[in-house]
Amino acid sequence: MKFWDWNFTFEILPLLARAALVTLEATVIGFVVAAILGLCFAIGRMFGPKWLSIPLAGFIEFIRSTPLLIQIFFIYFVFPEFGVEIDAMTAGVLALGLHYATYCSEVYRAGLANIPRGQWEASTALNMSTFHVFRDVIIPQAIPPIVPALGNYLVALFKDTPLLSAIAVLELMQTAKIIGSENFRYTEPITLVGLIFLIFSLIAAALVRAVEVWLRRRVTHS
Amino acid sequence: MSTDPSVAISPVDERSGPMVRFEKVMKSYGSLVVLNDLDLEVARGEKVAIIGPSGSGKTTVLRMLMTLERIDRGMIFVDGEPLTSMNRNGELVASDAKHLRRMRGKIGMVFQHFNLFPHMSALKNCMEAPCTVLGLSKMEAEARGRELLSMVGLGDKLFHYPSQLSGGQQQRVAIARALAMRPKVMLFDEVTSALDPELVGEVLNVIRKIAAELDVTMLMVTHQMGFAKEFADRVCFFYGGRICEQGPPEKIFVSPENERTRQFLRACLEAT
Ligand SMILES: Nc1ncnc2c1ncn2[C@@H]1O[C@H](COP(=O)(O)OP(=O)(O)OP(=O)(O)O)[C@@H](O)[C@H]1O
Ligand SMILES: [Mg+2]
Repeated sequence: MKFWDWNFTFEILPLLARAALVTLEATVIGFVVAAILGLCFAIGRMFGPKWLSIPLAGFIEFIRSTPLLIQIFFIYFVFPEFGVEIDAMTAGVLALGLHYATYCSEVYRAGLANIPRGQWEASTALNMSTFHVFRDVIIPQAIPPIVPALGNYLVALFKDTPLLSAIAVLELMQTAKIIGSENFRYTEPITLVGLIFLIFSLIAAALVRAVEVWLRRRVTHS
Repeated sequence: MSTDPSVAISPVDERSGPMVRFEKVMKSYGSLVVLNDLDLEVARGEKVAIIGPSGSGKTTVLRMLMTLERIDRGMIFVDGEPLTSMNRNGELVASDAKHLRRMRGKIGMVFQHFNLFPHMSALKNCMEAPCTVLGLSKMEAEARGRELLSMVGLGDKLFHYPSQLSGGQQQRVAIARALAMRPKVMLFDEVTSALDPELVGEVLNVIRKIAAELDVTMLMVTHQMGFAKEFADRVCFFYGGRICEQGPPEKIFVSPENERTRQFLRACLEAT
């Protein structure tokens, strides 16, 4: 038996490409959930009434200090006990989004806290509503400086998607495992999965860099 | 408009009464009493200069009017209506968000440090609130913004961002931005203090122009005694959270009665 079989490699590549799409889908949807939910968490925690901000802080701390894998299992296996049936992909994406939302919320918090008080006061003096202040004044200024930190979490979330194989989502890792067990060859599928992750991570990092530069130029205009 | 006499009387009353009235207003931070039973009335269209030593509560007065600071006791009236409380079935209760927003709409403020939105061009700074608060269309808001920016002499800087403008230019944008909301009262808190000396004149000229062209009541905290003298209808000298002496500029600057006023003005003279 050869160490590396090129024919086998080309044979499984389409399968892995399809699985890569599932991984990407989980990453993108998971991160959208994380980014939006994270912002809501941060705003609720910083500006919400006490009955909201205190439980929210506890919840965030709880999610941050328990393993993602347990959360994935919890949503997939325990929610149905309460009558909430969700398919594996949805459960996985939800868990990823929720888990990373708690990390993103800390990043947003730093970004929001850095907005000078004068910006809030000018908005009040202009009689703007809270909604418009956040949408037009605060958030557009809070986000650009934290794009690198959010980008790091995007890459981290992407690298955590193999955990979804634990609930049999047909993403890259799960597909590689199946290919391996059916053909009794693990070298090619696992190596390829590693390579695909490497390539995507590099692309994502470059994209984050580009967005960062673009935002900075837009904000400082210098 | 209405036949109900009690309703018919009040608007007349509102139009003739003072624009701003402080009644026994108290404000303290912890044990530090900043304003002590302050009474102050400003007539419609009047230009009042507020002077006084550092820490005497000048900024606090403006910030309370702008609802950026709560008051501990007393009442503030703007345009004949209570600001921090409101009438509900004949009873005075703390203002709700709706009342506060309606009252705030009568007031505009210009800050010492401009507080422009750095991610918006000069024109966008002036359009933001008219669009989102007054519900103007983009075109209307833009027309208003262009007009005001050219009034403050920045017709050629519409698309410049704050970081691309000098301090004096930024402050003029901030003035245009406040005016775009068509306030009845304009508050200026040491609007030239953060500027290089050679830029002070251009901002003061804009304020002169507003006073001459627009029908707006002005309260201005300033350290420019020369400007206060020529510009204000009345000068209020603050000391220890109260108005220690007030009157027309000719009197305050030429023959002040209070010893503290004299001391303060002497110190100001020596500094310049
Ligand atoms: N948020 C705050 N917390 C505690 N103390 C405050 C606060 N804001 C103002 N003060 C105090 O209240 C007093 C009055 O402040 P204010 O800013 O009204 O003075 P001012 O007359 O505007 O002085 P200046 O000429 O230096 O601007 C000062 O002693 C100040 O230290
Ligand atoms: Mg001050």
